[in-house]
Amino acid sequence: MSTAVERFDDRAREAFDRIGQNEVYVGELQRHRVYTRFLHWMVALFFFLALFSGFGIYLPWLFRWFTPIFGGGPLARAMHPWFGLGFVIFFGLQTLNWIAPMKWTPADTRWMRNLKKTVGGTEKMEPPDTGFFNGGQKVQFWEIVGGSIAYLITGIILWAGARYFGRWAVAISYILHDVSAIIMLGGIFIHIYLSTIGEPGTFRAMIRGAVTEAWAWTFHPAWYKEVTGRDPVEACEEARRRGQIATQ
Amino acid sequence: MSDRKTLQIKQISGHSGTAPGFDMQRDAEVCKLIDTTICIGCKACEVACVEWNDMPFSPTTFDNTYQTMPQTRWNFWNLIKFNEHQREDGTIQWLMRKDQCMHCADPGCLRACPADGAIVQYTNGIVDFQQENCIGCEFCVSGCPYDIPKFNPSTKKVYKCTLCSDRVGSGLEPACIKACPTGCLKFGTKDDMKFIAEERAKQLRENFGFDKAGVYDPQSIGGTHVVYVLHDAENPERYGGLPKNPVIPWSYTVWKWLFKPVLGTFALFGLVGVLLHYVTVGPRVPQPEPPLKKEGPDVHRG
Repeated sequence: MSTAVERFDDRAREAFDRIGQNEVYVGELQRHRVYTRFLHWMVALFFFLALFSGFGIYLPWLFRWFTPIFGGGPLARAMHPWFGLGFVIFFGLQTLNWIAPMKWTPADTRWMRNLKKTVGGTEKMEPPDTGFFNGGQKVQFWEIVGGSIAYLITGIILWAGARYFGRWAVAISYILHDVSAIIMLGGIFIHIYLSTIGEPGTFRAMIRGAVTEAWAWTFHPAWYKEVTGRDPVEACEEARRRGQIATQ
Repeated sequence: MSDRKTLQIKQISGHSGTAPGFDMQRDAEVCKLIDTTICIGCKACEVACVEWNDMPFSPTTFDNTYQTMPQTRWNFWNLIKFNEHQREDGTIQWLMRKDQCMHCADPGCLRACPADGAIVQYTNGIVDFQQENCIGCEFCVSGCPYDIPKFNPSTKKVYKCTLCSDRVGSGLEPACIKACPTGCLKFGTKDDMKFIAEERAKQLRENFGFDKAGVYDPQSIGGTHVVYVLHDAENPERYGGLPKNPVIPWSYTVWKWLFKPVLGTFALFGLVGVLLHYVTVGPRVPQPEPPLKKEGPDVHRG
């Protein structure tokens, strides 16, 4: 099975590389290929469409000003399931694309134990065993995988309604759907913050697909070592000796 | 036209706080009494409902009974349900029940509805849908214990019996009441209708041999503003799925009025959290970052 998934992913990555570009300048490393970036932004697009149309259904007395974007309450309600379906489909493809690097490792468990220091900002660099994705990214990824499955099942029940699934199925699905949305809403603030102003230099990974070497040895040292063969701490110290300052 | 304002709002769906103008005037609770023991199944009420509410023709479904269609529709709010019940002695009892919105005192549709002002409850007990505010989410369908609200796919809105709030507001009885030829349907205050219903049930028990005759006014939803006199009040399910103890899913009470606003606010803490992180701890930048300036007389301390 895994080989079929790998073959599919490889074909998709190559097809998208022919359409888009992966420009990597001197001092940079390739991080996300065109296919990954495409999926990321499609997921983001459908996430926000579903989120904003969903707000109007969640609490109209507070968020009814969102609904005119979609042509009013009834149309927002009618379009919301289709936005959700788009989100689930593209995130499903992203799951296949990322299933290998998102595998949980003992390093991730150590990373999670180190979370307090990371949030507190007392450590300038990530632990040396932090790979392509760190523990926090993996937690968020698997939360969205679980959340998307919950969305899909409860969403279909809510979409078809009480006529097909009975009133209790709808009444319970409604809670699970909302809980999943609230967890993801909390997560998206953290995701956007860390990928923009929270850790400068990250955003370009999803725009151009390349990151600076300084970014790589700071935030993903084990990945840096894997792709360059150099020790991240030594590389950083060498840059410091030469008076180089990491550009953002 | 009545010179008195008779439709005062008691509750509004998806609305925090009290309804504007609440409790300015006392208003008698209205009630429709349906005596199933003298219903002859003439369907005059069905026709009157369609006529008064100016509904288009709705195709009927023949299923070997006298029933017009299996369930009410978005444009057919009043349906007589015909049920044959076989007694223990083998004889058949033909049960006819006029099915429509029950106008619950604690309406499940209103509890489930997230849209501000899409469902209102008047102080006289009528539960009315305001289609201009309806977003068509159909949560009311799952909130209703009687399967009454019906979705219109072309307008994307939900419709149901209004208890002729337009007529009642003008001091008239609902259209179905006006059309009933046998006196099976009565309309008045809740107290009066309950009194008549109990008297009739007593009469059925004492003089007609219906030992289990009684009044259907389920207290699990605070009573209804449509009450039935039944030959057998212990088995209302026989009358085409009338639940004995109708319930509103707990999720609509616990989730919607408590956790939903609380958790919605909680999610916003994510936004507040990252902003506070940015201004206190600050961003993490790729290393090596520029060295800190040596402290000296030129350092501005603010």
